[in-house]
Amino acid sequence: MVRLGECSRRRVRLMLDGEEIEALEGDTVLTAVLLTRPYLRPSDAGEGHRAGFCLMGACQDCRIWCASGEGVQACRTLVQEGMVLLTEWPADISR
Amino acid sequence: MTRVLIVGAGPAGIRAAETMVEAGLRPIVVDEGHRAGGQIYRRPPDGFARTQETLYGSQAGKARVLHELFDGLVAAGRIDYRPRTSVVALSEEAADCLCDGRIRRIGYERLIIATGAMDRIMPVSGGERAGVFTIGAVQIMLKAQAVAPGRRIVLAGTGPLLSLVADQLRRAGAGLAAVLDTAPLTAQIGALPAMLASRPGTTLRGLRIRAALGRLYHPGVRVDEIVHEVAGPVAVRWRDARDRSRTSPCDAVGIGWHLMAETRLAELAGARMAWSDPQGQWLPVIDAMGRAGAGLYVAGDCAHIAGADAAEIGGRLAASACLADLGFKAADPRADLSRLAWLRRFAAAMAQAFPWPPIEGGEIAGDTVLCRCEGVTAAQLRDAADVATGDFNRAKSLSRLGMGRCQGRYCSLAGALVVAARAGQKPGDVGHLRAQPPVRPVPAAAWLGAGEEDRPDS
Repeated sequence: MVRLGECSRRRVRLMLDGEEIEALEGDTVLTAVLLTRPYLRPSDAGEGHRAGFCLMGACQDCRIWCASGEGVQACRTLVQEGMVLLTEWPADISR
Repeated sequence: MTRVLIVGAGPAGIRAAETMVEAGLRPIVVDEGHRAGGQIYRRPPDGFARTQETLYGSQAGKARVLHELFDGLVAAGRIDYRPRTSVVALSEEAADCLCDGRIRRIGYERLIIATGAMDRIMPVSGGERAGVFTIGAVQIMLKAQAVAPGRRIVLAGTGPLLSLVADQLRRAGAGLAAVLDTAPLTAQIGALPAMLASRPGTTLRGLRIRAALGRLYHPGVRVDEIVHEVAGPVAVRWRDARDRSRTSPCDAVGIGWHLMAETRLAELAGARMAWSDPQGQWLPVIDAMGRAGAGLYVAGDCAHIAGADAAEIGGRLAASACLADLGFKAADPRADLSRLAWLRRFAAAMAQAFPWPPIEGGEIAGDTVLCRCEGVTAAQLRDAADVATGDFNRAKSLSRLGMGRCQGRYCSLAGALVVAARAGQKPGDVGHLRAQPPVRPVPAAAWLGAGEEDRPDS
């Protein structure tokens, strides 16, 4: 994913799988993650990765997690300063 | 005062709300978006600076009117607006709505459904992997986030959005590698007189956009495979109109074959579903005004794919029908009905120009993933279809196709093609995958909250 403009928005920092990444206010979680790497999470239906598909909340392909274990729909959630995101199910939280 | 619930704040929902307010009612408008506008007139979050002319092009005037109208109704307190809220289930005169991880129950006496549409998807080998998005998603990236999915983008599929989004990518400075249209040129030329007769301005605008794409545009193609490496897509393999194998290198792909109505809530509310041959999909049965049952109205692209202008009219008509049924003196609908008929003629011509399906169900390669949520391939569905003797709902239970998180939204039409081809039937004859609540995944904790809220204070 590449930015095409609108870069003068305020910077926001968040944690993605234990590493700090930078995003801009108004970015969705999906935008923030795909600007740093080409996928959101490993596929849970076969090999390869998933990176979202519809971006309008219909396909459910972009679900990742926040540190508490709650699901985050990456295409519909805007980034917030200090957000902690996990793209694989946290092993220390029981299902 | 009668409680009218409108689901969706795109062109249809906004016009329905306006019509209700004009009659003196205060409707509840529930919408999944952060801001009203729907997908076509989707607005970026706060802090973005591009003008409406940049975002919506020739449609900027219409976008501005709808946004200002809706924002004005909200500011004046004339509607009860619930953004970022999904209606997930309907029971007797109550809607279970998910917002911020909690279910709230909203009661209503009349229901207007304006849930719009999503991309219609033909499965392509490799299409389920990271880096492949819907064409609608590519447009959302552009409009709402000012990003592009890659530096060398291939768009493949058919329908008006294909060329439009390609043009928008180009104008925004994104790298467009190829535009692969499965619609043969003959079909497009054949439908041109009817398109020109019903909407000359729109048709000419489409032709200009197409001409500007130049040699990037290829009609009459067959999309064979999206080739991936670890970091994402690297090429689309396709065959041109003369059946020659071609390869377009890329780093991102958008796919889509026009639109599919989002009908799940209409069906749960009691609308009867019927197969539409011209539109190639299941649609709720409505009368000319949008009535789908007692106290139930369906408007816009979720009733009939005809675009944003038709959705505005449909929303107004559905609200007028609702008002008339409530005993209000409603406006004369004849001018709206006549205009809607023209727009639907154009939609029918477009369905001919950009035909569905691009290939028959029997031609889909066995190892192609149809159901992206559960990873069900065409071969697995064929096995299930044999056991289920052509009953699509049984083949679904046996194969798990359509039983994942998107609930069959992106595989049900292609699945019907595969089952029908296997059983020697038409896609409309193998059965409609029934809608099931909740229509969006809901965390169990959200429902627990709903129970607590229902308890009276004491």
